[in-house]
Amino acid sequence: MGKTDIGPPDFRNFLPPIIKKNYGKWKYHRILEPGVLVHVSETGKEVYTVRMGSGRLVTVDFIREVCDLADKYSDGYLRFTSRHNVEFLLTDKKKIAPLKKELAAKGWPIGGTGHSVTSIVHTQGWVHCHTPATDASGVVKSVMDELFEYFGSHKLPAQVRIALACCLNMCGAVHCSDIAILGVHTKLPKVDHETLRNVCEIPTTIAACPTGAIRPHPDKEKKSVIVNPERCMYCGNCYTMCPAMPLADGEGDGISIWVGGKVSNARHTPMFSRLAIPYLPNNPPRWPEVTSAIKNIVEVYAKHANKYERIGEWIERVGWERFFKLTGIEFTPLHIDDYKLSTTTFRNTTQFKWG
Amino acid sequence: MRMAKSETPLLDELEKGPWPSFVKDIKRVAERKPMAKDLLRQLELSYKDKIGHWKHGGIVGVTGYGGGVIGRYSDRPDLFPNVAHFHTMRINHPSGWFYTTKALRTICDIWDRHGSGLTNMHGSTGDIILLGTFTEHLQPCFDELSEAGFDLGGSGSALRTPSACVGPARCEWACYDTLDACNDVTHEFQDYLHRPMWPYKFKIKFSGCPNDCVAAIARSDLAVIGTWRDKIRVDQAAVQAYVAGEISPAAGGGGKKAKFDIQKDVIELCPTRCMEWNGKKLTIYNDDCTRCMHCINVMPEALRPGKDTGVTILVGGKAPILEGALMSWVLIPFMKFESPYQEFKDLAEKIWEWWDENGKMRERLGEVIERMSMRKFLDAMGLPAVPQMVKTPRYNPYIFF
Ligand code: HEM
Ligand code: HEM
Ligand code: SF4
Ligand code: SF4
Ligand code: SF4
Ligand code: SF4
Repeated sequence: MGKTDIGPPDFRNFLPPIIKKNYGKWKYHRILEPGVLVHVSETGKEVYTVRMGSGRLVTVDFIREVCDLADKYSDGYLRFTSRHNVEFLLTDKKKIAPLKKELAAKGWPIGGTGHSVTSIVHTQGWVHCHTPATDASGVVKSVMDELFEYFGSHKLPAQVRIALACCLNMCGAVHCSDIAILGVHTKLPKVDHETLRNVCEIPTTIAACPTGAIRPHPDKEKKSVIVNPERCMYCGNCYTMCPAMPLADGEGDGISIWVGGKVSNARHTPMFSRLAIPYLPNNPPRWPEVTSAIKNIVEVYAKHANKYERIGEWIERVGWERFFKLTGIEFTPLHIDDYKLSTTTFRNTTQFKWG
Repeated sequence: MRMAKSETPLLDELEKGPWPSFVKDIKRVAERKPMAKDLLRQLELSYKDKIGHWKHGGIVGVTGYGGGVIGRYSDRPDLFPNVAHFHTMRINHPSGWFYTTKALRTICDIWDRHGSGLTNMHGSTGDIILLGTFTEHLQPCFDELSEAGFDLGGSGSALRTPSACVGPARCEWACYDTLDACNDVTHEFQDYLHRPMWPYKFKIKFSGCPNDCVAAIARSDLAVIGTWRDKIRVDQAAVQAYVAGEISPAAGGGGKKAKFDIQKDVIELCPTRCMEWNGKKLTIYNDDCTRCMHCINVMPEALRPGKDTGVTILVGGKAPILEGALMSWVLIPFMKFESPYQEFKDLAEKIWEWWDENGKMRERLGEVIERMSMRKFLDAMGLPAVPQMVKTPRYNPYIFF
C-alpha cells in the first residue's frame, strides 16, 4: 500500500537552475512578442518564456510530446500557468526561433500575454460531470477558434479573461470574468417519486432548496416531494442532495453570458460579472449562437474602450444602457435582479443616458 | 483504403479550426485505449441528446483517505462498457505548477497503465486531474503515484488543494514567497485535506501582489494577497525613458505601436489620482496610493512595489452555491508573511474552529459570516474592527448595541 499524506512534491525540486539561482531577484520583464517574455534578474541573468495555449483536457500523449520539446529546448523543465497554458523557460535566446517553428508545425499556438484573450478557464461538462447544463471543452474550443486572432496578438484595449462553468455550481468560479459562459438549466427538476422514496431523505431534500420551493408530496403515501414552479430558480441544489431530482433537459438546457467581471485589483477594484444574455440554446458541436455573441461583445469592446480599460471598466464608464445599445443585445425582465440584495442594483438617480 | 464511417460525426467537427483540438488528441489515445474510445462515443451521444450521460456520484476512494477521488459511472454502460466506471483522481500539484519532464512522464506512465490516458492540466482548483478509471485501479494507481512522490488532493467537505501564483520564481512583483507559503501550508494541513470534516469545502489561495493571478479574491474562502506598506520604488531615469518612447509601456503587452502618454495612460488612470508628472519628475503621494498596481503594470522597468512587504488577508469568497456568489472581504489589512507562517496557521485553525461550530451543512465561511455577522466573527477571532474592512460604514440604523 502507498504512503499516505506525503503531500505535494516540493516545488523546489522542479525549478529550473536559472529560476533557482534568481529566485526572488527578478527586476523587470518585457514581452518580446505575443507569447514570448524575457525576465531580467538583478544579477543580469535572463530567462525567456515561450507560452503556448492548451485546452486543459489533454492526454498523456500530448503531455509526452510537450515533454519532448522541453527536453530539447528548456533542459527538461516546464510549467503550466493558472489558465492551463504551457510555458517553456529558456536560457538560450537562440532557441526561441526553432522552438516556435516546432510549435507552429504541431499547430500549437503561441500567445496569451498582454492585451490578449488567453486560454479559457473551464470545467468538465459532458466529458465527466453529472450536473452539466452544457459541455465545457467543446464550447471552449469553438469560442477559441472564433477568437483565435486575439490569442496571439496584443490588439485589445486590455486583457480579456474568459471562463466557462457548465452549471451554477461554478466549479470554475467564473463569476468575476470579463466574459463568463455559464450553463443554465431552465426546466423544473423531474421528480422520480419511485426512486426518491428509496434513496433520498425528504427533510434533507427539502432543506437543500435555497428558495423553499420543495414541499412534501400532498399524498403522504407517496413519501416524496413536489416542486413549486413559481419559486424554482433551477439551481440544482436539490439534485446535488437527491439523485431522484434531475434537471437536465436536452431542450431546456443552454448557456447564459455574463460580462464585466475582473479579479485583479489593478485600477478598478474586483467586479462581479453581470448578466448580458440570459439564454442561448445548446447547439453542438459548434455552438454558433454562443460564439457569435461573444465575438460581438469582444469586437464592440475593442472598438469603443479606451486603452487599459477592461470590459467592466469600459461599461462602467459608458453605462450599461450604452452597452446594450452598442452590442445590440436585448434588455429583458430577466436582467433585473430578483434575488437577495436585488435593490442594490436598481438605479437611484435621474442620471442616465437614453441609450 | 476503405473509408469507415465515423462513429463520431459531431465531435469530428471539433477537429477543425486553429485552436488545439481535444478531440484530435483523444482520438490518438483511443486507438490503443478502449476507455478513451468509449469516452468519445458517449460524448458523441451527449452531443446528439444535448444532455450528459453520467450518473449521480457514487462513493469510491483509496485506503486511508476520505476524498480525492470523484466517483463517476456511465448511465449507458450497455452501450459504453469501457467507461462504465470513469472515476477521477485529484492529485496535488507542486506549487506554481513547475515540473521536470521526468516527473510528468512518470505520471503519464502510471496513468497509461491504470486509467484512460485523459487528464486535466489542471483542474480549476489547481490539482492535476486524472480523468477516468475503474474502481479496481484506484488503489494500485494511488500506490504507484505515492511511490513516485505524488499525493491526492481534496474533495468533499474538506480543505482543497491550495494554489499559488508563480511568485518570486518568475515575477518581479511578488511581495512574499507564494510558492513556499503554499507548499508549507499544504503540508501542514494534510489531515484537513484528506479527511473531510467540515460543513463544506474550504479554499486557500496565494497571490503575490494585488494583480491576483490566481483569482484569490473571487475563488477562495481565505485569500492571501501580497502588498506593501512603504513607498513605490521609482527609477526616475527609467520613467524618462518611457516618456521618450525608449521602452514599450506595459512591457510591450499593449502592442508594439502603443504610444505612451504618461498623463493619459498612467496619471489619469491612477484610481486615487495620487501621482504628478511635471515633465521631468514623477511624484507619487504614497499616503494616498491604494497599491492598485496599474502604474507598475504599465511601467515595470521604472516602478516597483515597496520593500516593506507582507500580505492582506481576505475571507469569504465563493461561487454562487448556495446563497449567491461572494468576493472575499478584508480581514487583516497587513500581516508580515514569512516562514513558518505561524500567525497565519493559527488564524486558519481559529477560523475553521468557528466555522465548524457555527456553519450549517454546505454553508461556506462567507455565508456563515453573512448570517451571523462580521462582528461575531471578529470577536471570535480576537481581531479589531478597522475602517480598512469596509467600503462604507453601515447606513441602516438597526444597531445591536
Ligand atoms: C504586464 C505585466 C504582468 C505580468 C508579467 C503578469 C504575470 C502573470 C503571470 C506570470 C501569470 C500566470 C500566473 C501563473 O500561472 O501562476 C498571470 C496571470 C494573471 N494575471 Fe498577470 N501579469 C501582468 C499584469 C497583469 C495585470 C495588469 C492584470 C490585471 C489587470 C493581471 C491579471 C492576471 C490574472 C487575473 C491572471 C490569472 C489568469 C491567468 O493566468 O491568465 N496581470 N500574470
Ligand atoms: C454545491 C456546489 C458544488 C458542487 C455540488 C460541486 C460538485 C462538483 C462535482 C460533482 C465535480 C466533479 C466533476 C467531475 O469531474 O465529474 C466538481 C468538480 C470540481 N469542482 Fe465543484 N461543485 C460545487 C461547487 C464548486 C465551487 C464553488 C468550486 C470552486 C470555487 C468548485 C470547484 C471544483 C473543481 C476545481 C472541480 C474539479 C474539476 C474541474 O476543474 O472542473 N466546485 N464539483
Ligand atoms: S460546473 Fe457544475 S456541471 Fe460543471 S463540473 Fe462543476 S459541478 Fe459539474
Ligand atoms: S433546482 Fe434549486 S430552486 Fe429548484 S427546487 Fe431544486 S434546489 Fe430548489
Ligand atoms: S499575482 Fe502578482 S506576483 Fe503573482 S504572478 Fe501575478 S503579477 Fe506576479
Ligand atoms: S499603484 Fe495605483 S494607486 Fe498607487 S500610484 Fe500606482 S496607479 Fe496610483
